[in-house]
Amino acid sequence: MTKLIEADHVFRYFGAYCAVHDLSFSLAKGQVLGFLGVNGAGKTTTMQLLCGLLAPSSGHILINGYNVLTHPILAKQSLGYLPDTPPLYRDLTVSEFLRYCAQLHNIPTKQCHAAVHSALGRCSLGAVQHKLISQLSKGFQQRVGIAQAIIHNPDLIILDEPSVGLDPIQIQEIHTLIKELGQTHGVILSTHRLSEVQESCTDVQIIHDGKLILQKNSAELAAIMSTEKLCLRTRLALDPAALTANTDITHITVISTQHLEIHYHANANPTPKITEQLIAAGVDILELSPIKKSMEEMFIELIQENSK
Amino acid sequence: MKALIIAQHEFKSLFLSPLAWSLLGVLQFIFAYLFLTQIENFMRVQPQLAFIEHAPSLTDIIVPPLFGNAGIILLLLCPILTMSVICQERRTKTFALLLSAPLSSTDIIVGKYLGISFLLMVITSGISLMPLSLALGGSIDLGKLACNALALTLLVGAFAAVGVFCSTLAPHPVLAAILSFSFLLLLWIMDWSTAIKEQANEIINYLSLVRHFQNLQTGLIHSADLGYFLLFIASFLWLSIRCLDYQRLQK
Repeated sequence: MTKLIEADHVFRYFGAYCAVHDLSFSLAKGQVLGFLGVNGAGKTTTMQLLCGLLAPSSGHILINGYNVLTHPILAKQSLGYLPDTPPLYRDLTVSEFLRYCAQLHNIPTKQCHAAVHSALGRCSLGAVQHKLISQLSKGFQQRVGIAQAIIHNPDLIILDEPSVGLDPIQIQEIHTLIKELGQTHGVILSTHRLSEVQESCTDVQIIHDGKLILQKNSAELAAIMSTEKLCLRTRLALDPAALTANTDITHITVISTQHLEIHYHANANPTPKITEQLIAAGVDILELSPIKKSMEEMFIELIQENSK
Repeated sequence: MKALIIAQHEFKSLFLSPLAWSLLGVLQFIFAYLFLTQIENFMRVQPQLAFIEHAPSLTDIIVPPLFGNAGIILLLLCPILTMSVICQERRTKTFALLLSAPLSSTDIIVGKYLGISFLLMVITSGISLMPLSLALGGSIDLGKLACNALALTLLVGAFAAVGVFCSTLAPHPVLAAILSFSFLLLLWIMDWSTAIKEQANEIINYLSLVRHFQNLQTGLIHSADLGYFLLFIASFLWLSIRCLDYQRLQK
């Protein structure tokens, strides 16, 4: 099966400034790729390169097997793109605008109505379909932007910061939509919100100063984020000495009499043993859970490492 | 076919803003005034015309001056109409929609150009209707009127092509308007210098827009004049397409 995206050693220079440095990655159907980076890291440039808005200085990008530069029309046929500023004609109503987008994407006139209708439904825009785009709130405009990107049911959907300006409920809806889209399409999502990646992505890439500094799928990411620490809370005070018999435990930090932090050897999860021991000793456990590095901590660590 | 979809959209959106409506209204008013002045002229000289052999007809007195003046007025207005065609879309970031859609640069430029041209054709047909109304009471040379309408359509078509090119090139709409206006004015007045020096400079004469326009106005359709306008339009559209491609590579 051809990959939806194959980027091969892509560079992009603006004058002497290198915005994208040696970027290589691929994406298949069913993947939702989160593209993370601080402001100015090269996220938007990468998105523009993928969509053929910019040409790479060297290297090549294939979309569905077609080179974006040499076969732009075939490549863009299977592409839906939401730029960082949604490209909306403010003088049109929502359904007029979507109809125009459908026509631009080669949808036959007879099927336009159905395509517009399904896009309106998927982005819950039915109530505002006859309103002028200029009268819509930022969140609704953003949704029109997403509707525009998915109207022709493309194999590959590229969303540049789709949740900007949305309220928490709308963000939740968008995440559900992205997950749903991810099952049948390939999705690339650029963002600087880490929670977004945790929620809806199957793969993560972090870009910094134009270079990819991390490429992982969600399982690998979970492994990186594990700290080999457990948090234990009990109802009554607990003597840490009661747990020292367990050889997997390296040491125990006492935070308060009812709250311990248990450090253990990598690859040996002592949770079942501890539970057994504590229950045998008749201790009431309130909480026993692994402590994970937050996405934020990992992100900041990586960026700092690479800035040095 | 894609170009037609863009053209249709462009034409419609011109009428969504007050721009096209006010332009049509104001222009029709000005042209009507010019038309009446020509009629007044004709009424004044009519008694003398009866005594002249091979006297100029009603069509000769009214139509060419009307269309000539219309050409100059549209030279002023065309740059304003075309200035935002690409430039504004780039500034409001809506251009990404067209760039990420399966369209070639040719589709985009030709579509935009046709959209503007449709509006200009509405304007030229508005002008042509006025002399046509004289057919109700007098006799009018329809062939000559058709030639004048064709000449004006080709002329504004050339204006629009320059306008689209300047809009592709310039980073700001006002700059695009200034660029295209100066360039068109230069082409318009190009043959003035040869008139002063009484030296016929073939190349400059050939480049001048007025020459070819006036040749067509006389009712003589010469392939060189038609060729000039078609070549003019085609080369500016080609330049715009190249410019768009180049911007994608550079930017």
